[in-house]
Amino acid sequence: MTKTTIEAPIPGTFYRAPSPEEPVFKNVGDAIAVGDTVGLIEVMKSFTPVVAEAAGTLVAFHVENEDAVMAGQPLYDLEA
Amino acid sequence: MADAAAMFEVVKPGLATTVQDLGRPGYYHLGLPISGAMDRFALIAANRLVGNADGAAGLEAVFLGPVLKFSADAVVAITGATMPPKLDGVEQPLWTAFAVSAGQELSFGYLKAGARAYVAIAGGIDVPEVHGSRSTYALGGLGGYEGRALRAGDAVKFGVSAGSPRLGVTIPEDIRRNAPQSGTVLRAMPGLYWHRITEESQGTFFEDEWKVAPEADRIGYRFKGGRALDFVPREPPFGAGSDPSNIVDSCYPYGSIQVPGGTEPIVLHRDAVSGGGYFMVGTVISADMDLIGQLQPHQPVRFESIDMDGALAARREEKARLNRLGEFLGSS
Repeated sequence: MTKTTIEAPIPGTFYRAPSPEEPVFKNVGDAIAVGDTVGLIEVMKSFTPVVAEAAGTLVAFHVENEDAVMAGQPLYDLEA
Repeated sequence: MADAAAMFEVVKPGLATTVQDLGRPGYYHLGLPISGAMDRFALIAANRLVGNADGAAGLEAVFLGPVLKFSADAVVAITGATMPPKLDGVEQPLWTAFAVSAGQELSFGYLKAGARAYVAIAGGIDVPEVHGSRSTYALGGLGGYEGRALRAGDAVKFGVSAGSPRLGVTIPEDIRRNAPQSGTVLRAMPGLYWHRITEESQGTFFEDEWKVAPEADRIGYRFKGGRALDFVPREPPFGAGSDPSNIVDSCYPYGSIQVPGGTEPIVLHRDAVSGGGYFMVGTVISADMDLIGQLQPHQPVRFESIDMDGALAARREEKARLNRLGEFLGSS
């Protein structure tokens, strides 16, 4: 098992759900497949999906919903 | 002899990568903004490094760099934001002219400081001029590459260099403008509508810390987090709305700070709208406009009041920076 930390590709505001009324994209413990959306980052009036480029199990989030994030900041840990 | 195949293919476009030069002045009264690089100094520096005229068209990449595959040899320079360039995965220096061979891929690491990186290519990006400029005005679908940000699969031509690129030359840090840090100050002159807010709000506007809102873009930089402004009571004049932040429609200067509803100041930038019905608390001076283009979301800033003499002195200092750049490149 190796743990990988996935970083934010862009700065902005991180969201874990597509909208406040909807369930989160992923929870800790969920399986992640390549291409899965794990969250959204809002910047310049658009929402950019954070898309998984590696598969595994999501073991931890480093940011909360609506946190300000900087490019390169750790978002979540993946175990594979 | 022109090389017809001098182009690069956009493998990944980044977030919003646009072709920009020094803009399209002269049409603002018709509603067409100047556009062009948000950080003009950075684009000029990149152009001079590759031997281009100051106003040659380059790329502006905001927050996330593109991946570009070159079909011909080229000389490039990347300035502005600290977003480390890579050639076939090997990191290259910023503020430095370096050679790219046909077939190589230019990509970027994560943004470390600043917001917008500029890519100059010897010969300049060859898109049609629209009203005297190659700048992209995306809101109007005009200029640049088909009037829009680059997309994967685009084939973008560049011209033939007429100047001499300064391969391997690096612009020293003391000539560059440092990326904005915490404690960044934007100098602004109180404007025509200054009297519309109370004396207390005239104080809090300059005292409070404001943070760049994630919505900030090339049209306007929005800020939030400071105390809302209170307005002096009035009878709304004919043509102004009932909201106290409304005015009878007026021209909006570049750098003007409108505060709709008195809550979130918006500094209009290169793709500004030219007029409207929001009062403006003041105008950010031209010397600090490049700096705004390098602000990231959530970055804290304060506004500082400055008078016309101070604004003109600041403008002279910015000109001196350009002169230092010229002297450095002339002597190295």
